[in-house]
Amino acid sequence: MNLLIRNGRVIDPGQGIDEALDLLIEDGVVAKSGRELKGGKGIETIDARGMVVAPGLIDLHTHLREPGQEHKETIGSGTRAAVAGGFTAVCAMANTIPPNDERAVTEMILAEAARNGACRVYPVGAVSKGLAGEALAELADLRSAGCVAFSDDGRPVSNALLMRRAMEYARMLGAPIVAHEQDLDLSDDGVMHEGFVSTLLGMKGMPAAAEESMAVRDVVLAALTGAHLHLAHLSTRGALEAVRRARREGLRVTCEATPHHIALTDDTVRSYDTNLKMNPPLRSDEHREALLAAIADGTVDVIATDHAPHHPDEKNVEFDLAPFGVIGLETAFPVCHDVLVVRTRTIGLPRLIELMSTAPAKTFGLPGGTLKRGSPGDVAILDPKGETRFGTSFRSRSRNSPFAGEAFRGRIAATIVGGVVRWRAEAPEGGRAEGAKKRSRPAGRNGEKRNRR
Amino acid sequence: MRPQTSSLRSKDLLGIEPLDPEEITLILDTAEGFKEVSERSIKKVPALRGQLVINLFMEASTRTRVSFEIAEKRLSADTLNFAASGSSVEKGETLIDTARNLMAMHPDMIVIRHRHPGAPKMLAELLPASIVNAGDGSHEHPTQALLDAFTIRERLGRLSGVRVAIIGDIAHSRVVRSNIHLLTRMKAKVTLAAPPTLMPAAVERMGVRVVHSLDQALEGADVVMMLRIQLERQGKLSFPSLREYFNTFGLTPERLRLAKEGVLVMHPGPMNRGVEISSDVADGPYSVILDQVTNGVAVRMAVLYLLAGGRLAEA
Repeated sequence: MNLLIRNGRVIDPGQGIDEALDLLIEDGVVAKSGRELKGGKGIETIDARGMVVAPGLIDLHTHLREPGQEHKETIGSGTRAAVAGGFTAVCAMANTIPPNDERAVTEMILAEAARNGACRVYPVGAVSKGLAGEALAELADLRSAGCVAFSDDGRPVSNALLMRRAMEYARMLGAPIVAHEQDLDLSDDGVMHEGFVSTLLGMKGMPAAAEESMAVRDVVLAALTGAHLHLAHLSTRGALEAVRRARREGLRVTCEATPHHIALTDDTVRSYDTNLKMNPPLRSDEHREALLAAIADGTVDVIATDHAPHHPDEKNVEFDLAPFGVIGLETAFPVCHDVLVVRTRTIGLPRLIELMSTAPAKTFGLPGGTLKRGSPGDVAILDPKGETRFGTSFRSRSRNSPFAGEAFRGRIAATIVGGVVRWRAEAPEGGRAEGAKKRSRPAGRNGEKRNRR
Repeated sequence: MRPQTSSLRSKDLLGIEPLDPEEITLILDTAEGFKEVSERSIKKVPALRGQLVINLFMEASTRTRVSFEIAEKRLSADTLNFAASGSSVEKGETLIDTARNLMAMHPDMIVIRHRHPGAPKMLAELLPASIVNAGDGSHEHPTQALLDAFTIRERLGRLSGVRVAIIGDIAHSRVVRSNIHLLTRMKAKVTLAAPPTLMPAAVERMGVRVVHSLDQALEGADVVMMLRIQLERQGKLSFPSLREYFNTFGLTPERLRLAKEGVLVMHPGPMNRGVEISSDVADGPYSVILDQVTNGVAVRMAVLYLLAGGRLAEA
């Protein structure tokens, strides 16, 4: 099970490496990197000429829907979507049915991931029993079962005392609290961002203040408790400002941004496309600009997808009635690369890799996120010049993507998990000659077959 | 203004927002002709003979549904009324499935009233029939704005430069959105007045003046449109009580004196007497509220005729 990746441009932000190197993975871990490493018997070789070899992407915010909503996604299908998007590890949110609020559910998720997962899965445990926001879940038991963080994501923790206690307790366990910042009174029954577009469409809006006020509250609680607070999917200027303030005060506060908030604004909702409905909602241009600025100045630590699959039947209804959420694993890298690196030049590719791999690993204390010797053999081979055009079907069991039918600069050429190639795109790294005869095949067919084996 | 155009560009009327001034003028001019039909002893023309129009009313409505139905009958269309209560919708059928099933009966047009914004657009994208929006949530109610404009033009002879004050629950009103699109497009000057709790975000970007005083809005107005206050909102967070609402934003004869001589008082109905408007004003000399109802039929005839005309001309 040894793999040699040759001739690529290795970018490993954790080590500050950006140079042409070969990378050897032995027994599932990175054995060495260097110039002109020799292949040999029993060593599979990938030619990564023209490609970027990066530590595998890590998603801190994925809804895998299993157990309970397997018609939307399963651990198998969700992780196959993940590797198609260059992810080698995902953190599975707790709002399954039943929720991941006890050890048995955590163990079930880990067992299923070991059986059918295409990449690594790190469960996130619930903060409260039944995600009800009333009593603490057994956080210590969840932690020892393998949960890497705690969150009631999807449901904000409205009760400030519960949030305080959760932070205090999680601090003892060395795990972050992941907060979905939304004041439910302020957001009322809103279905999109409150602003000019919601006024035009006559739709009920969620004001930015609903996110901002809760972010401020939780930063204050982080100061009180000394806990590690991780703010999920921030979408507003004020919440980002709260993070800046927390940093100045030396608090352990981190935050993430999603590709859809990076790429899109509420103006797109004029189409009434329910694949533009998510929570937090797409914001106005002013907030999106603030998000890009926060990515540029380092306020945003991590890009996370908030991959939230829903069945087409659930989405194919009036906008008001559709569930919140969009899928994002397969689209995340091409979208972010196109928007942040190519079009707006907000950041360079090494920084994008840091936001999607190095920093997520560091934020939740996960293995990976680096190609340092001895670290997991998890690699994403990226093709920054290649184009990805998304169809209307995905490796995810759902297809509720706002990016269906659109093309982006940047492509995942291959994904390697523990030294095993789990995804390989069509028109492979080897060059045009080999690619020509395969061109008629649907994209990614290779990778899928491999995964089904 | 003479119309530059003799047909509508779209197969549907989903709102005023997509219309240009020429199309609006065309509809109003066409409605003038149809108004005369309603005054004859035989109130029927054969324009839509053999056409099937389905009135799909997924939300309670009396005035609008009846008005459409009369318009359809006067155009000799075959009509069918489909209401949400007692239908497959109550059994959990989705809007799309309901529409597909109706479509299997080959209607030429569907007039839809729905509580959620965008529902008419969903149907328009899915079905070959012409879709007429008869009100979708708080989004648009285009035929109401057209009949309001028709009434103003009939009385004042123009829309351009007319000063219109719209007062009431702006946030939840589909009527006001359609009216803003129409009136600003026709170069009328629009002022909105409501407590901030009933004013939607950034509405001034639609090209209107926003005030929070009834008197300020009334001053110099040629037209005053009062909007219905939904009684269930009182005592919650939108305003403290009906009494206080009437005292601050209710239209009385005394306050109406601030408006221009010969001001038109309008209301899309149904009215709450003593809440947004006193009976003295509603039944007073300046009220054109019942003219609006009469004109509604003519305007809806014009809309149906023009939408069908586009199709019939192609056939």
